[in-house]
Amino acid sequence: MNQSGKLPRSGLGPLVLIAAILGGGAAAFAYTAGWLSPGRLTPEQMIAALTPPSGAPLGHRRNHAKGICFTGIFEANGNGVELSRAKVFERGTYPALGRFNLGTADPNAVDATVRVRGLGLQIAAADGEEWRMALINPPFFAVSTPRAFHDLLIASAEKEPEAMKIFIHANPEFAAFATWAKTAPWTTSYAEEPYHGLNSFIFTNAKGGEHAVRWSLLPTVQPVPVSQAELEKRGPDFLEQEIVERIRTAGPQRWTMVTTVADPGDPIADPSRPWPEGRRKVQLGTLAVQRIEPERDGPCRDINFDPTVLPRGIRLSDDPFPAARSSVYRKSYDLRAAEAGDYPRTESARP
Amino acid sequence: MSNAPHRFALIQRLLHWLMAACIVAMFFIGVGMVSTVAPKYLPLILIHKTLGVTLLVLVVIRLALRLHYGAPPLPADLPPAIKLGARLSHRLLYGFMIVMPLLGLGMLWAAAYPVVLYGGIRIPALLPQSDRVHTLLWNAHFYLGFAFFALVLLHLAAALFHALVRRDGVFGTIAPFRLRNRTTPAE
Repeated sequence: MNQSGKLPRSGLGPLVLIAAILGGGAAAFAYTAGWLSPGRLTPEQMIAALTPPSGAPLGHRRNHAKGICFTGIFEANGNGVELSRAKVFERGTYPALGRFNLGTADPNAVDATVRVRGLGLQIAAADGEEWRMALINPPFFAVSTPRAFHDLLIASAEKEPEAMKIFIHANPEFAAFATWAKTAPWTTSYAEEPYHGLNSFIFTNAKGGEHAVRWSLLPTVQPVPVSQAELEKRGPDFLEQEIVERIRTAGPQRWTMVTTVADPGDPIADPSRPWPEGRRKVQLGTLAVQRIEPERDGPCRDINFDPTVLPRGIRLSDDPFPAARSSVYRKSYDLRAAEAGDYPRTESARP
Repeated sequence: MSNAPHRFALIQRLLHWLMAACIVAMFFIGVGMVSTVAPKYLPLILIHKTLGVTLLVLVVIRLALRLHYGAPPLPADLPPAIKLGARLSHRLLYGFMIVMPLLGLGMLWAAAYPVVLYGGIRIPALLPQSDRVHTLLWNAHFYLGFAFFALVLLHLAAALFHALVRRDGVFGTIAPFRLRNRTTPAE
């Protein structure tokens, strides 16, 4: 022992050094956490932008809050094997679980007030792998980047009429979506809608060959266009009643899963830009929706349809949206799980 | 005293510094990943999960080594309160190292997320989906994470205090290489 526990000759220097090291560590931590960067787009900011002035839909998803569960099967026809080694593309039948939904933060929204309809889906492969996705009915996304989506939410909530003009000036790609929203026909059934993945992913086949793809679920029944006013007359929850009744009387409803393969040079990273007509399309199989269940006790309630839950053979592309969606969906899930007491369950015992 | 080791065994020292680097990385990756919607969110979360499970395996090995080799004694002149603090803080550090990965895994299981690590390694779920369990484990993982970081800072402060101020050889027992002889204890 050379120091006998006495505090030292070394003086203040080492203490200052220790304080500097600790302070530096804590500051770097705070910076990494974003506490010093208010400009960083966080999942909390995105969720705040999604939250209507009337308040957050406690216990519910922060967007696409109104929905109804379904179960069924995905029947793969085997055509997908050439593009991706994912097991769900091998000819066969795989359990499917999903949710028809409306693109609104209000779980009690009137159906005819919501322009965007969606479908969340989880397909389970025999080897235990899962494939999750969340698709919507417009054929391209409203904006090019997650930041622009945040700005759109902010601008559309502004009372100031100039806000949207300023937004569209800065994000001209939004014009195509605005046109779709104004002109696309409404239907009176979830079963008559197409659902598009919009984001680009990379399929990898058994030989290691890679293709950038987007996929859609196309309805097998003929859509019957109606006016928004006509839909409004049917009642606030018509879509849910209709899909229950349709499956009860007409049996399972089917969608064809079609993947579009990009040509070199097609915009992979921007879901607001559709690929040109004439791109190669491959039918992968059929989604058969066999049974509808109310969300409150249904199997879809506890599933986060995070589009980055992918089987081997499908991976992310340069499209920035799946990561942003994953981050925000996760936060939405954490919030609604913590608010489970506010969710109107009908079962007596909560899990 | 003559039978007691002067330093931790080489394998213990290597494991300490390897895990220290990984754990510090985990703090930064953890707070960084949950604060962003950028594409790096996904690689960060993949690294966080993979490194977390790796650290769980490493801490089991480390505990076994600790039980096998023991630890060098603290300097005899260290005040009893400091000795007690050292013992308690080391136990707490081990506790965090064991509990944090388990909480992380548990909160993912309870949210019905598949746990897939780097290289496509899948960890089967040992818990069913449950909002209540997810929320409990999420809160524990989140708040204990900050407590763990604070304790690591305290540990670092103590280590530097031993190394730079007291110069009592305690730092030399865990240093990755042999320091000057005069800094090793009991010589």
